[in-house]
Amino acid sequence: MLALSWSSLFEPGFFSSEPVQVALVVGAITAVVSGIVGVFTVIRGQSFAGHALSDIGTAGGSAAFLVGASTIYGFVAFNVVAAGVMELIGIRKPRGRDLATGIVLGASLGLAALFLYEDTISSSTTGATVNVLFGSIFTLPPGITTVMAVLGATSVALIALVYRPLLLSSVSYELAAARRVPVRLVGGSYLLALALAVSMSAVTIGAILSTALLIGPAAIALRLATRTGVAIAVAAAVAVFACWVGTLIAYDSTVWAGGNGWPVSFCIVAVIFVLYFASGVVARFRGDRRQATTSDQRLAAELVEVA
Amino acid sequence: MSVTTDPVPAVGESPLGIGTGMSAPDTVLQVEDVSVSLAGRRVLDRVSFSIEGGEFCGLIGSNGAGKTTLLRAILGLIHPSSGRIVVSGGTRTRRNPQIGYVPQKITLETDMPLRARDLVGLGLDGHRFGISRPGAKRRTAVDEMLEAVGATRFADARIGNLSGGEQQRVMIAQALICRPKLLLLDEPLANLDIRSAAEVVDLLAQIAGEQRIAILLSAHDMNPLLPVMDRVVYLADGRAAAGTTDEVVRTDTLSALYGHHVEVIHVAGRVLVVSGAEHQAHHPGDADPSVREA
Repeated sequence: MLALSWSSLFEPGFFSSEPVQVALVVGAITAVVSGIVGVFTVIRGQSFAGHALSDIGTAGGSAAFLVGASTIYGFVAFNVVAAGVMELIGIRKPRGRDLATGIVLGASLGLAALFLYEDTISSSTTGATVNVLFGSIFTLPPGITTVMAVLGATSVALIALVYRPLLLSSVSYELAAARRVPVRLVGGSYLLALALAVSMSAVTIGAILSTALLIGPAAIALRLATRTGVAIAVAAAVAVFACWVGTLIAYDSTVWAGGNGWPVSFCIVAVIFVLYFASGVVARFRGDRRQATTSDQRLAAELVEVA
Repeated sequence: MSVTTDPVPAVGESPLGIGTGMSAPDTVLQVEDVSVSLAGRRVLDRVSFSIEGGEFCGLIGSNGAGKTTLLRAILGLIHPSSGRIVVSGGTRTRRNPQIGYVPQKITLETDMPLRARDLVGLGLDGHRFGISRPGAKRRTAVDEMLEAVGATRFADARIGNLSGGEQQRVMIAQALICRPKLLLLDEPLANLDIRSAAEVVDLLAQIAGEQRIAILLSAHDMNPLLPVMDRVVYLADGRAAAGTTDEVVRTDTLSALYGHHVEVIHVAGRVLVVSGAEHQAHHPGDADPSVREA
């Protein structure tokens, strides 16, 4: 019975296949980094910056493809430069930040269109487009694991280095500035960590979907955790879970669908989406119990009485 | 300790240099003839006053009067074009743990994964790089501070889920945990209901008295502060009148400050500042926002 359900869960060759092993390892590294960085992206309200970076990365990835390099280097180069430009143009006012991001984003998407066109012409297939936009987790180049581990470690180390001032400036920019936190240095370090996380995610699940791995698990974690450290741990765990389950579903679907399975990115994002709804149900259930005792409501009740 | 011996007039040549006089040995904040220009506009015009340890000082003025600019100058975030600011004997140049700060209108989203006690902890070491290592000493310091501001009950709740008054208590604890000599609060009573505002004011008065901390609190309405205010700095158009409430909140003093006739009226224990002719109801445009129906 157990053997039956076990074998129907994992189609033959899942664990022995080398591409699958690489996919699971690289997926996990990417997921952990995305989960950690994503929590700060959400609490700083910079989802749009994350999304912009992933779109900008599209230009980088397609450019790398054009010159025959591994897409990861294109993603990293373009994202790091874009993060630097975004930081330089404007950070204080949310509106200025939005505008700066939007302008850099528009220009990059134009470049991406050009590069993807050239890629398609030169290789006479749509392989480049699919690879850049939707990821290449099952066809990763050899040696990618080391590159990803180094990038991931750098990103996480940056976050760890600025952890407290980053949190303080996320609570209040004014307060952090008054405490003499080098707010731009801290914000810049965070953006660099974000650029690396988005690049890794772009390789794994594709440039246009990488935000899902960044924002989704973090949003789920913020619904469940009360502490920053716990939120980060939950986000990383959720991201790894989604990556692995998504990879498994994608692998199994090749058997179910007879040859052409579903894209891995679709499966991973689908898992995140389902978990997001589930976390909403959990949070609402817990929230209902908590709400009854919040002081706001007690005060409101008292005011009604007075009136 | 920097001591000025000359009485510093609060507003140019007008007879408002009240209360500053000699710098007492316990002077925590001394603002001397400070002017600030931002983008070519003179936001503060020769502002002078001082506060001693344990004193509760209200910084009163309408929006745009220069309250936030003055607080930012004291924090060292803005450099005055002339004049001098002395905090607890030393000029402000670098990070000064002598000053605790509660900024204006912080919006804490409900999904912010931070408990009240975590925010207070950030007050202790939030400016340091790296990740804080939890320890018994740190925890005790945070617990004591939460207790001191009456926030123990909701210490483990998410800050985003707390009421406005509760959030202000946590922000005050965050500002006080480094044991500053001066506490600056920028409009902490805005958006609080009357009862929460009164509770926050009482708490601050108690802290000022017990810990000998000088408090400078900005507000557009002075009424909630009247019971506890030792001193008032009244700002209008970047100019200031400073002294005790009785000295400053008077028809002649405020008329001189505004440069036109304003009437100070006491109604049912509240103070109203009404501009224009004595019998004329105030116009929304030229009246001070602290003017409200009692």
